[in-house]
Amino acid sequence: MSHDDVLNPKQMPHDPEKATLEGKNKFLAFWFFLGGETVLFASLFGTYLALNRSTAGENTPENLFGLELVFIMTMLLLTSSLTSVYAMYHMKNHDFKKMQLWLGITVALGLAFLGFEIYEFVHYIHEYEFTFRSSAFGSAFYTLVGFHGGHVLFGLCWIVTLMIRNSKRGLNLYNAPKFYIASLYWHFIDVVWVFIFTVVYLMGKVG
Amino acid sequence: MSTALAQNRGLGAMIWDYLTTVDHKKIAHLYLVAGGFFFLIGGLEAMLIRIQLMKPDNDFISAGLYNEMITMHGTTMIFLAAMPLIFALMNAVVPLQIGARDVAFPFLNSLGFWLFLFGGVILNVSWFTGGAPDAGWTNYAPLSTVSPGHGVDYYVMGLQISGAGTLIGGINFLVTIVNMRAPGMTYMRMPLFTWAVFVTSALILFAFPALTVGLFLMMFDRMFGSVFFDTAAGGNAIIWEHLFWIFGHPEVYILILPLFGAFSDIFSTFSKKRLFGYSAMVFATVLIGFLGFMVWAHHMFTVGMGPIANSIFAVATMAIAVPTGIKIFNWMFTMWGGNIKMTAAMLWSVAFIPSFTIGGMTGVMLAAAAADYQYHDTYFVVGHFHYVIVGGVVFGLFAALHYWWPKMFGKVLNEKLGKLAFWPFFIGFHLTFFIQHFLGLMGMPRRYWVFLEGQGLEAGNLISTIGAFLMAIGTVIFLVNVVYTSVKAKKVSGDPWDGRTLEWSIPSPPPHYNFTQTPLVRGLDPLWVEKSEGKKGMTPAEPLGDIHMPNASILPFLISLGLFIAGFGFIYQVDNKAWLILVFLGMGLTLGSMLTRSLKDDLGHHIHKEELEKDLEKGAGE
Repeated sequence: MSHDDVLNPKQMPHDPEKATLEGKNKFLAFWFFLGGETVLFASLFGTYLALNRSTAGENTPENLFGLELVFIMTMLLLTSSLTSVYAMYHMKNHDFKKMQLWLGITVALGLAFLGFEIYEFVHYIHEYEFTFRSSAFGSAFYTLVGFHGGHVLFGLCWIVTLMIRNSKRGLNLYNAPKFYIASLYWHFIDVVWVFIFTVVYLMGKVG
Repeated sequence: MSTALAQNRGLGAMIWDYLTTVDHKKIAHLYLVAGGFFFLIGGLEAMLIRIQLMKPDNDFISAGLYNEMITMHGTTMIFLAAMPLIFALMNAVVPLQIGARDVAFPFLNSLGFWLFLFGGVILNVSWFTGGAPDAGWTNYAPLSTVSPGHGVDYYVMGLQISGAGTLIGGINFLVTIVNMRAPGMTYMRMPLFTWAVFVTSALILFAFPALTVGLFLMMFDRMFGSVFFDTAAGGNAIIWEHLFWIFGHPEVYILILPLFGAFSDIFSTFSKKRLFGYSAMVFATVLIGFLGFMVWAHHMFTVGMGPIANSIFAVATMAIAVPTGIKIFNWMFTMWGGNIKMTAAMLWSVAFIPSFTIGGMTGVMLAAAAADYQYHDTYFVVGHFHYVIVGGVVFGLFAALHYWWPKMFGKVLNEKLGKLAFWPFFIGFHLTFFIQHFLGLMGMPRRYWVFLEGQGLEAGNLISTIGAFLMAIGTVIFLVNVVYTSVKAKKVSGDPWDGRTLEWSIPSPPPHYNFTQTPLVRGLDPLWVEKSEGKKGMTPAEPLGDIHMPNASILPFLISLGLFIAGFGFIYQVDNKAWLILVFLGMGLTLGSMLTRSLKDDLGHHIHKEELEKDLEKGAGE
């Protein structure tokens, strides 16, 4: 396949993300990478579960967490996963503008999520003096949830970079795999949050 | 070929070529040189340890320096010598064995190397900036969290950066082996070395993130005031042990499996037989990889996990002896009745079998949890793991280097010098480590700076030190061989061993696109299939046409350099917040380079049919 074919938006197959060998490689490598990320978060969850009762004082999960805020955050992130599915649906139908629109909505939802998370952290630190250093529970909480937040931030930067970089030239076989794996990453972040919601917040309130 | 061209353009051009290369064969050279260099440093550290323990109450080096020496010896040998030397073999051989023109991600391949190198350099800079890490290569908390100075900080940053490089390499080889195989190269036709690299890469993928997390927690505790391992604040030091060994035990299989693969190829080639029990060998490799994740807590029998946990991990550990036994017997049956040629590569391989088996046997002894209370933290353990790592991994590296040297450099290592290096190393190895089992059983603890007079430990330690010197002599002779061969030896053909697998069907060293035409694989040992039908080489699977190749890039170097700079910032911001400037500069360079990579299209280039035809005329394509 010559370079012109790869960059030409006029000749697009049905699965543009897997039409080239580079695309296939990226697709597979990213699934493997997410396997590694799973172990990373599993280790963080294990650490958290070992330390979440080591609270050193009043700041226990029951006293700290408010499920209202976390419910809103969960809805925001779950919806953003859905909107990124719409974006990929339009990518497969070669509708670049709609893909950009839905990616934009995804980014907006992700930003809102991140805003709430920052608010949550600031709230804990100023209202409860519950910090990264105050107890082993604090260290484990901020590390687990913070690693997830860091992933959200990286994902947002990534998607925005792709949107801006390709805004003028549209879809082609070179950038379709990039959009696709960015959306895979976004789904993964969403799945991790489902576990955080369950293990950290729900089990924290009832455990 | 292109190396020779670069030399004509001068030294600067050659350095630039290696800084920017994405060619797996040149990256193999880089891994070989860097890994070999760190192997010598680690060996030097081992010699200093053995000199210190030569006689009772010795004061050759101070107690503190001794702690740094044992820590750096272990860390260097595992992460900076064995791993990169294995990556050198993987890079040099795997794409050729599956009939590919490069790995799936040439850019990431280069990035993996530079991350490893800069991580290794950070670790070793600590010698010159006030003290190396001194909490043992396992870096157990709370010893590591309270270790004064910055030594352990260097350990954390160095391993974090080089570990990222290893993880990237693992993913790259997984995808390469799944997606880049030539037509007809089914999974059950892959050479055992490729199979072993495949399983090893999966182990890297699932083991290294646990170390990543452990190192992050250690970094947060030491540099940012968290209390994960601080029992006074409710922390738990055992978490480090679990995370470390969830990574650390698969790591020993990451080290040994590729060499198991190399031995399989070597036994088969020099016995002129196909590998005995190929499918059983594949099955055993996968099973070892799988069980390797189930046994980490056998390093922690004395922690107090309780008899049930200890029993489960003991049984799982002993189970690994079964697939390993399958391998040992299949190697022997491969040689059985074969037309054996005792080359230097074969000599190392044959010596490996009894040496490694002794290590496996003491492994089963250690796996008996009740008995382990007696062996734990004694020289018995030191003897055991050196039998598997030197007797397995180092013998394997020497064997594999002798075997693939002609493919990498176009010249066969001198056989006489090769055998001359083998004997002192082999005898020295058994002298050094066999006696250590007994020293351990007599109660000599590991990691102690001195031992006392009159406890019956003098003779054993002296013998051990003499053995270490013999190993050093063997290593020096091997280095002499490398120099001698590169100066004196003549170029050889692409197939000096009458090989069986695809890498021997192309010239040595191969052109940078490897295969002029992708070969058609028609069975296990594909080149041998063609040879047995009277053909000279492989049947091509495609007509001669343009070849698509990746572009060179300096970005991997810059990304890694950024993390190197940021590493120092993280280490020293504890003393003075002004050092955070380095963190921002370094991370800026890293993220900026990543952004550049994302923004700039890199579509690679084509080698045109006419150039290939010219190469063919010159005999490069054969």
